[in-house]
Amino acid sequence: MTMETTEVTADLSTGQRLALLREMILIRTFEEAVLREYHADKSPGFDIGKGLIPGEMHLSAGQEPVAAGLCAHLETGDALTATHRPHHLAIAKGMDLRSLAGEIFGRESGLGHGRGGHMHLFDPATHFSCSGIVAEGFPAALGQAFAFQRAGTSNVAAAVAGEGAANAGPFHESLNLAALWKLPVIFVIEDNDWGISVARNASTSVPTNAVRAAGYGMPGVRVEGNDVEAVHAAAGEAVARARAGGGPSLIEVHTLRLWGHFEGDAQGYRPELADVPGRDPIPAYQRKLRDAGLLSEADLAEMEGEARTRVEDAVEHAKAAPAPNPAEALKYVFVEGE
Amino acid sequence: MSISTGTARARQSLPVEPEAGSRRLNTAKALQEAIGSQMEQDDSVFVMGEDVAAYGGIFSSTTGLLEKFGPQRIIDTPISESAFIGLGIGAAVEGMRPIVELMFVDFFGVCMDQIYNHMAKIHYESGGNVRVPMVLMTAVGGGYSDGAQHSQTLWGTFAHLPGMKVVVPSNPYDAKGLMTAAIRSDDPVVYMFHKGVMGLAWMAKNRRSIGAVPEQDYVVPIGKAKVVREGSDVSLVTLSLSVHHSLDVAEQLAGEGISVEVLDLRSLVPLDREAVIATATKTGKVIVVDEDYQSFGLSGEIAATIAEHDPALLKHFSRVCVPDVPIPYARELEYAVLPTAARIEAAVRTAVTA
Repeated sequence: MTMETTEVTADLSTGQRLALLREMILIRTFEEAVLREYHADKSPGFDIGKGLIPGEMHLSAGQEPVAAGLCAHLETGDALTATHRPHHLAIAKGMDLRSLAGEIFGRESGLGHGRGGHMHLFDPATHFSCSGIVAEGFPAALGQAFAFQRAGTSNVAAAVAGEGAANAGPFHESLNLAALWKLPVIFVIEDNDWGISVARNASTSVPTNAVRAAGYGMPGVRVEGNDVEAVHAAAGEAVARARAGGGPSLIEVHTLRLWGHFEGDAQGYRPELADVPGRDPIPAYQRKLRDAGLLSEADLAEMEGEARTRVEDAVEHAKAAPAPNPAEALKYVFVEGE
Repeated sequence: MSISTGTARARQSLPVEPEAGSRRLNTAKALQEAIGSQMEQDDSVFVMGEDVAAYGGIFSSTTGLLEKFGPQRIIDTPISESAFIGLGIGAAVEGMRPIVELMFVDFFGVCMDQIYNHMAKIHYESGGNVRVPMVLMTAVGGGYSDGAQHSQTLWGTFAHLPGMKVVVPSNPYDAKGLMTAAIRSDDPVVYMFHKGVMGLAWMAKNRRSIGAVPEQDYVVPIGKAKVVREGSDVSLVTLSLSVHHSLDVAEQLAGEGISVEVLDLRSLVPLDREAVIATATKTGKVIVVDEDYQSFGLSGEIAATIAEHDPALLKHFSRVCVPDVPIPYARELEYAVLPTAARIEAAVRTAVTA
């Protein structure tokens, strides 16, 4: 089954639509700020280990519709596991921006007190986690769903990864096990066309990963068009099914990697590069809402202003926070006997 | 932050190990009893793995538990080690206390990412905010011609990677006490039982596979070695099934007036370095008996521990390990590379004349 943008019949209220847009603007504003800060002290030469934000940086611009559409259905007590490209999902799940920024800047104020970094965010408050290893975030979501099921709650776990992950063993093991035990899991594949530099048609034997769901006896759907409302509709069905004890679902969203795999990626392998900015989902959604008379310039300015205020507060807070104490580098290896 | 300070603090809080009493069990039954008792007391404990339910674990780690606790808590899994070990991690993160069995440690290759990149690192990466109170239980060791993919111990590999406690019981008493400690621990614990110490009816066994075990709950502290035989001429620093062989050799050589001390490490992480240094100080002659591969592992770590403490301490050091070769199939070949009593004895004789 494929959901095209034009097929969307989701009956969203104006408030819901504006909330989706607001979430996407907040994410984009955050990613633009990280982009700015990441590169600010790495020029003229690019040294990946230099600067206030060192290391690999995988930004999620273009993939906001997945996060906003999915997380609109998730409660604080629901779990979400993500990947090396996690910021959009972390923000949409409700992670505190100061804690997130603090960790990205490697500060004591960060979620992991600087032990994790941007690919390793663990937030008990929002049941959010991510893994830097492709496809290895799926199994933990099974366990969280298992714990929710055993506790008799209606909480669910969502597990998000890129289309490259759908060719890795843990994806298939996890789908089988989740379906076998009817675990309340929503598997979400973000198909951004590229596994670093390898195009999806060079890596994937099926036209859409949604069809793989049939192999595990669960519903599968592909959402085309990087359309936040279509994601919202598909995720709504899957989350409701999981909450009601109907077991797992698989959703593949055809989304967009607006920037490189990581910062510093010149993307010479990407023939469609010139067209990419024109496919940006946020201006497209703004146009759609404006054309429908649902979004005023004042609304938009307010959303952008609020996002800027929150994001710059988080960035400033991170910059002002102390670095972790090198004498405490061994702290937190174990709970007991440190 | 110094190692000695940390060890000293840990030692102060160690519980007292009770007298063994007179009731005798084999190691497998002692292990089952620890799991069963903790499951009765704590609803969040469950067991999951391949063939742990009706079969009772291929090496009898879970015999009888299905009948007692039912299929909701003693759970057979598909042959999907990444998925079910990761499932254990996710359940632990949400507050459960899973005991997950990896049937043979040799199978770690298909799921090591979940073990060392996730189970072992989440607490650290989260800055102490997320705990993974999980036990990964696994069978180790050879001696019965199971070939290169089903006979390894590999504890040095796990102990090398930070973030996992690693325990290696050699006898029924320690098996129960260490499993109780592992289940109650808020850290991930890799619990490695040698098939040869379980007391299985279908495998040759040393008499030490059956021993006295208290009926009540007790904890053998993780990170505390035990001198299982006092001696003054040579120290055998060892673990798991090799403790049995080492004791056999010590008993035999006592008749010749050779006094051998045997230190059962019991845990590799944390390693009881004080106990290692203490026995080295006492005898000055140390032999490491280790069924793991020789190079880059436990035996070298023992030597380094002593040398870092006092390079002048050692008058003799040698190793009886598996040389760096896959475990062979044919009995004659396998027993040529395992740390047999004959190899241990020869090493002791060399040491005392050194």
